[in-house]
Amino acid sequence: MNSPTATSLLTSMKKGETTSEEVVKGLLDRAERLKRLNVFVHLDPDRVLSAARDADARRKAGEPLGPLAGVPVAIKDVLCVQGEPTTCGSRMLRNFRPPYDATVIARLRDAGAILFGKTNMDEFAMGSSTENSAYGPTLNPWDESRIPGGSSGGSAAAVAADLAPLSLGSDTGGSIRQPAAVCGIVGLKPTYGRVSRYGLIAFASSLDQIGPFAHDLADTALLMNVLSGRDPKDSTSVDSPVPDYAATLDTPPESLRIGIAREFFGEGLDPEVEASVREAIRVYERAGATIKDVSLPTSKVGVAAYYIVAPAECSSNLARYDGTIYGHRAEDFSPKYPGEEDIAPLVRMMMVSRAEGFGPEVKRRIMLGTFALSAGYADQFYNKALKVRRLIRNDFDAAFKDVDVILGPTSPTPAFRLGERTDDPLAMYLSDIYTITANLAGIPGLSVPCGLTKSGLPIGLQLLAPAFAEEKLLRTARVFERATDWHLRRPGIGS
Amino acid sequence: MSLTIEDVAKVAILARLRVSPDELQMFTGQLNSIMDYVNQLQELETEGVEPLAHGVEVRNVFRDDVRGEALPREAALSNAPKRNQDSFLVPAVLE
Repeated sequence: MNSPTATSLLTSMKKGETTSEEVVKGLLDRAERLKRLNVFVHLDPDRVLSAARDADARRKAGEPLGPLAGVPVAIKDVLCVQGEPTTCGSRMLRNFRPPYDATVIARLRDAGAILFGKTNMDEFAMGSSTENSAYGPTLNPWDESRIPGGSSGGSAAAVAADLAPLSLGSDTGGSIRQPAAVCGIVGLKPTYGRVSRYGLIAFASSLDQIGPFAHDLADTALLMNVLSGRDPKDSTSVDSPVPDYAATLDTPPESLRIGIAREFFGEGLDPEVEASVREAIRVYERAGATIKDVSLPTSKVGVAAYYIVAPAECSSNLARYDGTIYGHRAEDFSPKYPGEEDIAPLVRMMMVSRAEGFGPEVKRRIMLGTFALSAGYADQFYNKALKVRRLIRNDFDAAFKDVDVILGPTSPTPAFRLGERTDDPLAMYLSDIYTITANLAGIPGLSVPCGLTKSGLPIGLQLLAPAFAEEKLLRTARVFERATDWHLRRPGIGS
Repeated sequence: MSLTIEDVAKVAILARLRVSPDELQMFTGQLNSIMDYVNQLQELETEGVEPLAHGVEVRNVFRDDVRGEALPREAALSNAPKRNQDSFLVPAVLE
């Protein structure tokens, strides 16, 4: 069966038209038939069926139910689920079973959601195509010769292929918005600090943020209600009131001043993507929006700043994977290359374990970050990048004095072919050119479907808003969603 | 600036990564290509600009100084690659 949205599922379950068990059985069957997409890296049918039956029993008994009671939610494999395999798409963590739940997982459980499998991803969330996974690539449901975006490509493909109505991803430089765009669904990167990162396996701690994937904004708002809010276990989560995103979604924003950043329409932008985004601007104009040109001059070096800041933090965060207390440990770490006999066995064990456990992209970023933080270079590169980060933030602050949201393309191109950019890391990094600056500035960003290319590939529209203005972002995006039907399109995927 | 193979070999040791001679060649080329791109940062005037480490201002957060729950010992050891009773087992540091 094709899954409907979470909102319509909840309505059907309330009315007794369907049960969580029926829904889950349908999804499990579909997941089996669409195994070739390589969406799930772990899916335990017995456990999810049992959880669904529990949800149905509670509903039948008239017990108080959470806002997602009986609704399946697929989980990016970067999030810790107690006792369940949590591998981050890496050979390094292939046997890791966390002894605790991430806070977002605990909140999903409290909301009554069914944790529906762990989804494939670029190893340690490093990548833009879900090709850097130890489990092999995930395929884009709209065209199986193409990438589903990354690093949350598995979670985006899960929703796009109707394998789950909702899923969770994480976004460090665009890893929710970019896969949402190329898979034709909605993806939201919340403000840094809006959603707890406790139990998210860290890549770059000052940039990472967990967020929802959904078919439409009603479902996105519903999931955001569950995820948001301060968590004492994450000292960087922010204690500010959480609006009821779902309740206010259909109220048009008080003001609809939309900024068009000229830097988002430069060289490298696919003409079909540009045409769809320009048409989206006209949709807003027809809805009465005021369109203003804005400038984000420092954004042109956003990717350069990111590829210092993110690897620097990654080299520090991934230092914990050394084969001593958890993760992969090499069996044979005897000296192999010249000079290794002088290295203490413990250190050699760490070096070989890390070499065996990590894939090439992770190694490349660890080395890049180690270099950028090394004595003699930290000021030239790392501190410089942090200063540029301040300038990027200042650009947004200045722009948001005149406009409510900034609009542009999410990804410069539609989904590219598998293998097309694997040998050129820089070309891969530029896939996130329009999304990266939001992470550096800490602001929220949303991608909504806004078109299809002539060959039937989805195109995403990105909306950016000031910090903690997710409610405004959702309401502004809803104006577009109500005026168009792109969110209703589904890939014509066979089974 | 340009990274030499020796530079990358040193970085690999600092990063605790065994890298084969072939990988060393490959990473040197790739890292130089990335650094060439990243060097455009140097063209920006940032004199007097305060570095920004987090998009949202963060400050030290203190919790009440009371003992909380900790992972039980068995849970903490549950993912150990090798263990000896209640300890993680690692190769000898001193020979």
